[in-house]
Amino acid sequence: MSRENAINQQSLAIEVQRALQEGLPIVAQPYLALAEDLGVSEQQVVEAIEQLQRSGMTKRFGMVLKHRQLGYHANAMVVWDVPDGCVDRVGASLGEEPCVTLSYRRPRRPPEWNYNLFCMIHGTCRETVTAQLEDIVLRKGLHYPHQLLFSSHCFKQRGAVYV
Amino acid sequence: MIRLSPQDCELLNRIQSDFPLDSHPFATIADQLGMSEAAVLARLQELEQAGAISRFGAVFTPNVAGASTLVALAIPEEDIEQTAELVNAMAGVNHNYLREHRYNLWFVITGRDRTELDDRLRHIQQAAPYPMLDLPMEQPYHIDLGFAL
Repeated sequence: MSRENAINQQSLAIEVQRALQEGLPIVAQPYLALAEDLGVSEQQVVEAIEQLQRSGMTKRFGMVLKHRQLGYHANAMVVWDVPDGCVDRVGASLGEEPCVTLSYRRPRRPPEWNYNLFCMIHGTCRETVTAQLEDIVLRKGLHYPHQLLFSSHCFKQRGAVYV
Repeated sequence: MIRLSPQDCELLNRIQSDFPLDSHPFATIADQLGMSEAAVLARLQELEQAGAISRFGAVFTPNVAGASTLVALAIPEEDIEQTAELVNAMAGVNHNYLREHRYNLWFVITGRDRTELDDRLRHIQQAAPYPMLDLPMEQPYHIDLGFAL
């Protein structure tokens, strides 16, 4: 879809954000490819990406991998019930572990759901992930109620892709 | 399953963040890894074809680019497949996993803002009237910086 007229600054930012959500082509000059698509210069595309990064909109810019296809079959969400007074410390400490890809505080929903800290662990198999978690619990002394929720099927990981 | 060489791992570790913004970014990466631009492009295109690369783009910061939340549904065994498909078809759903728990379907849903998110959750509850947890992120301690191979 090429545009005959150069689009304005704000709509350019939105178009570039959309392109970064959908994915750029893996070609020698990806920014030029997008620029031609949008009817702007390569420099304008690069500046729009830099602006998204500067504004804190993006966490990272690069390729998003599919861990399952790369042999990391075990994907576990670990949920913890940590006293409110130490959740910040425990959350940050979990985030330092190499096998932990995410560590977030979320609200409790009592009485059904009392877990306030979530982290993700990816590993090649369940045994590895279970052992990694046990090691973390012992080494850091994290003797709080927790549960390990393995995923048994991925219905969607970004975009309509069934695994 | 895709077999990765040590060079593949090096390449995949390099391309997940801080992607160069110059005119020939794959040539820049190739230089850093002692490969040729053509070899880097060919291997990445192959890995994308094989389904190992979800996309070349950005991961957006939750609740900055828009609103998002983690949702869990407790669905009876016999309705899971059907409900998972229904959820997948909803606008804004970007991850959707079956997990071994009474709350068995877990997905992330995004919207322009919390109002749009609430509308989307209402639609889901109308179509799938099961117990639901709405668990928006309150504080990130460690964000997704990619995946070390």
